[in-house]
Amino acid sequence: MIEISHVTRKFEHFTAVDDLSFSVSEGEVLGFLGPNGAGKSTTMKIITGFLAPTSGTVTIDGHDIRTDPLAAKQLIGYLPEGAPSYPDMTVLGFLEFIAQIRGYSGTEMQQRVEKVLNDVDLSSVCEQTIDTLSKGFKRRVGLAQAILHDPKVLILDEPTDGLDPNQKHQVRQLIRNLAKDKIVIVSTHILEEVSAVCTRAIIIANGRIVADGTPNELEAQAPVTDAADMPTAPGRLEAFFRSVTAQEA
Amino acid sequence: MDSLFGKTGIIFKRELMAYFSTPLAYVFIVIFLVMNGIFTFDLGGFFIRGQADLQPFFNFHPWLYLFMIPALAMGLWSDERKTGTIELLMTLPIKLRDAVLGKFLAAWVLSGVALLLTFPIWITVNYLGNPDNGVILAAYIGSWLMAGGFLAIGSCMSAMTRNAVIAFILTVAICFAFVASGSAIVLNAFSGWAPEFLTNAIASLSFLTHFDAISKGVLDIRDMLFFAAVIGAWLMASAIVIEIKKAN
Repeated sequence: MIEISHVTRKFEHFTAVDDLSFSVSEGEVLGFLGPNGAGKSTTMKIITGFLAPTSGTVTIDGHDIRTDPLAAKQLIGYLPEGAPSYPDMTVLGFLEFIAQIRGYSGTEMQQRVEKVLNDVDLSSVCEQTIDTLSKGFKRRVGLAQAILHDPKVLILDEPTDGLDPNQKHQVRQLIRNLAKDKIVIVSTHILEEVSAVCTRAIIIANGRIVADGTPNELEAQAPVTDAADMPTAPGRLEAFFRSVTAQEA
Repeated sequence: MDSLFGKTGIIFKRELMAYFSTPLAYVFIVIFLVMNGIFTFDLGGFFIRGQADLQPFFNFHPWLYLFMIPALAMGLWSDERKTGTIELLMTLPIKLRDAVLGKFLAAWVLSGVALLLTFPIWITVNYLGNPDNGVILAAYIGSWLMAGGFLAIGSCMSAMTRNAVIAFILTVAICFAFVASGSAIVLNAFSGWAPEFLTNAIASLSFLTHFDAISKGVLDIRDMLFFAAVIGAWLMASAIVIEIKKAN
């Protein structure tokens, strides 16, 4: 269970996250939606302990991310925006480094790395340095390091950004497979993704929650006129998204 | 090694391998050795002096480090911020201390390797005469400690910016202040009017003052503590700067 309680983050000139509270329990795949600059990435950075909130608390399974960061971070797998990794390392070297940091060694480490290489289909490039890889492969390297320790909490910041349709499908399949008994938070701009993998969606705008429900519930609230134009589920979700965020953005 | 030094050891190993997976480590070592040769034999008059010691070799180290070490340190943190890997690193279950220390140690060991590879000059002087090898050993230790001081400053400057070149220039500037504050030019400028304690304080902050003492074979615990304190203080400053700046 993740609990975000009254989290506010102010930067010099603006408030990126404004008194945000929600909780996510096991088995939920939460789609985190919102216009650019709404505070999605900032919220994820706070949950994962990269940024300190100006006020408010985040607890991961009872571990406060500020006062007990190591225990909390051990539970989390995180794919930061843009899937950063060390360009001069080989895929294998990078994943072994992550595995060691996560506390694995010897044959257990090798098994972990091997499993994750298979899971995200990276075995063919595992000896290549990361800067020689295509965008899709780099993204998968980022995913691999996030899921390597089979984390209870998976936080993915735009995991399918810049991927081709096949790769997107693959990543969604992966998220669905991983989701059992886990807490997954996925931020995305692609609304069909929410309908495809999420059990719940939160829309934020200007650092505040403007909608929270299952994808079906949110679709049902779409303004009637727009919904008629776009009869598909993602289309209705898009109509709803625009109706709650357009005036604020 | 990993269990012995924990997460610091894992970071250390990764950083050290990163130096050697790019040409950086090799370029650094080769240029360091070439420059040492030029300084010692040409400018330092190693042969002309006719003395069996390595004074001309060590005397140039502060000035050699002044522009070599910042090159080694400039990418320590600025690259992490530029590529965004700092977000990855800081959300892994490690302490900030592990990362700061691991990175610093990797750079320090690399500078130590470069220093050790100057051993032919030690063999040369032993072949030509009978130098005091105790003095030479002390000077090597002093030189390496001084390199650590430069590196810790570089670590902090690298954390200040996401641009490695700016980190390089800042590091050179601050290191220059720490070296030059012990030089005759600076001290003479103060000794005319300033109270003696101020002149002494400035001189005692200088890398030169402390390194000169060690390189003459006086392995005084105070000089060693000075470099340890410099390293500790600047690494702590690095950690503070990283905390403040990491999100920018």
